[in-house]
Amino acid sequence: MNIVVLVKQVPDSGAERNLTSDDNTVDRGSANNVINEMDEYAIEEALKIKEAHGGEVTILTMGPDRATESIRKALSMGPDAAVHVVDDALAGSCAVATSKVLAAALGTLNADLILCGAESTDGRVQVLPHMLAERLGVAALTGARKLTVDGASLTAERQTEEGYEVVSAATPAVVSVWDTINEPRYPSFKGIMAAKKKPVRTLSLADLGVSADEVGFAGATSAVVEHSKRPPRSAGTKITDEGTAGTQLVEYLVTEKFV
Amino acid sequence: MTVERLLPTDDARDLLDLTTELADRELAPKAADCEARGEFPRDVLRTLGRAGLLGLPYPEECGGAAQPYEVYLQVIEILASRWLAIAEAVSVHTLSCFPVAAYGSEQQRKLLPDMLGGDLLGAYCLSEPQGGSDAAALTTRATRDGDDYVVSGTKAWITHAGHADFYNVFCRTGGPGPRGISCLLADARTPGLEPQAPERLMGLRSSAPAQVAFDDARVPADRLVGAEGQGFAIAMAALDGGRLGIAACAVGLAQAALDYAVAYARERRQFGAPIIDHQGLGFLLADMATQVSAARALYLSAARLRDAGRPYATQAAQAKLFATDAAMRVTTDAVQVLGGYGYSADHPVERYMREAKVLQIVEGTNQIQRLVISRALARG
Repeated sequence: MNIVVLVKQVPDSGAERNLTSDDNTVDRGSANNVINEMDEYAIEEALKIKEAHGGEVTILTMGPDRATESIRKALSMGPDAAVHVVDDALAGSCAVATSKVLAAALGTLNADLILCGAESTDGRVQVLPHMLAERLGVAALTGARKLTVDGASLTAERQTEEGYEVVSAATPAVVSVWDTINEPRYPSFKGIMAAKKKPVRTLSLADLGVSADEVGFAGATSAVVEHSKRPPRSAGTKITDEGTAGTQLVEYLVTEKFV
Repeated sequence: MTVERLLPTDDARDLLDLTTELADRELAPKAADCEARGEFPRDVLRTLGRAGLLGLPYPEECGGAAQPYEVYLQVIEILASRWLAIAEAVSVHTLSCFPVAAYGSEQQRKLLPDMLGGDLLGAYCLSEPQGGSDAAALTTRATRDGDDYVVSGTKAWITHAGHADFYNVFCRTGGPGPRGISCLLADARTPGLEPQAPERLMGLRSSAPAQVAFDDARVPADRLVGAEGQGFAIAMAALDGGRLGIAACAVGLAQAALDYAVAYARERRQFGAPIIDHQGLGFLLADMATQVSAARALYLSAARLRDAGRPYATQAAQAKLFATDAAMRVTTDAVQVLGGYGYSADHPVERYMREAKVLQIVEGTNQIQRLVISRALARG
């Protein structure tokens, strides 16, 4: 099975993250950039499918030059090759434009299965897998907590707030995964050394036949107009028991949807 | 404070980054709990094995990573800074692969990929209840009977006893003295090989050693490593590398204690200032940091001699002696820096102090190290 895993480089969600003051985009320059956490689960799932059914795993990344670090890190876990879409005109791309570029790149890769994280920790819009499937004209099985491959048939347990749904489709398809699906492996030292020799093909917008004015700031369908820092945490509500504290506590929990 | 390290290759830098990630994510969160409960972390060692950390100094053709000792020891140091028992386990396991890797027959060497990959965990049985320092006087006997050796006796202080898959057993096949000793590679499932209850220790409780009793245990003769009578030479050849492993453990442990004490002293305020700004404590911390740096430099210097194929036995003894004595002082001083809190199990420094003590004893007591060094001086 020919599997492509979408990998995005994001600022480390464990550290302080900012938007830039000039164009309101995610500040990637000053941040410690890592593989989007959920994508590691997608890579692990791809490797498990390859180990069980054979085939090849390719990483597909759209991002600036420095995303190379994340591509090497992803390859050190075990995938065979990578494709890096890199072009200065891509800066500022919205989800719609990103899906256009990735769909064009996937057009060159002949994938049976496209795996990705259910969301990225910087954008968190969760729409890319659906957009991509729509553009490619294939099924989208999104938010999977379990994936079973049987020949050309895919069955996923799709996580919902109440439980899960069982959905299935024939390949080719896009499957996005949550972090409940597996436990990603660590790279091995041998894997890290091998990753340095694995092929990474770079593609520009021209290579993909996508015009620069369809992507980036120029082609963005949405834009962040302004931003401000999250206000500092305010002091909590203090309930003094004057006979009704229990009721007040329960009311608070209900308002906050804890119960 | 970040430790500045000069490394020979970019691969070595990547290896240390991987080690740090594993140490922070897999070791640090589990150490205190496993130590308190005395639970052996076999799963953590499997994770390290899969990452390729259990056979670093051995050649690639038998499943190792062909890393110089200079790099391997810094991996041990980083692991020790998060969990001493794991670092010591990796050091012991690496040592336990040495006899087969260096002296094993072709058939025995077929086991190496599984040994170095961490699927099989190793133990090293040299010490006995009546003595460890005078290893040449060991009494466990192996008698040839047909295609087997029949082993009887008791080994003591065996790390991984009861958890190991294979045991290097140093035993007497000939007359008294060093030339009567041979090395056997015994499978853990050998009938008559009986690991006893773990020792109840002051520290290192997650990986407590135990005695291993041999009650007419039959080990196939093709598991003799090297020649009959070569056992003591094998044990001694492995020992110098093992001593450097313990020196690296000591530096990692001392670094952890130093880092904790410094962080505390920068936060804790008395008399209107952080206590690190009071010269009494600032200078104490300065001395601790200097000892850690000196100990690191000493083990790395010995390791580079080894990597260059030069004699390094004396330097290995010096590194083991200095680094473990330094770790004892630094961890004791770290408790002092934290005052009453340092003596409490709510902070890790009292555990570090308990753990440091064992390093002055294992892989040759520090008295034996002084003996090695002074004899080298006497020889001139």
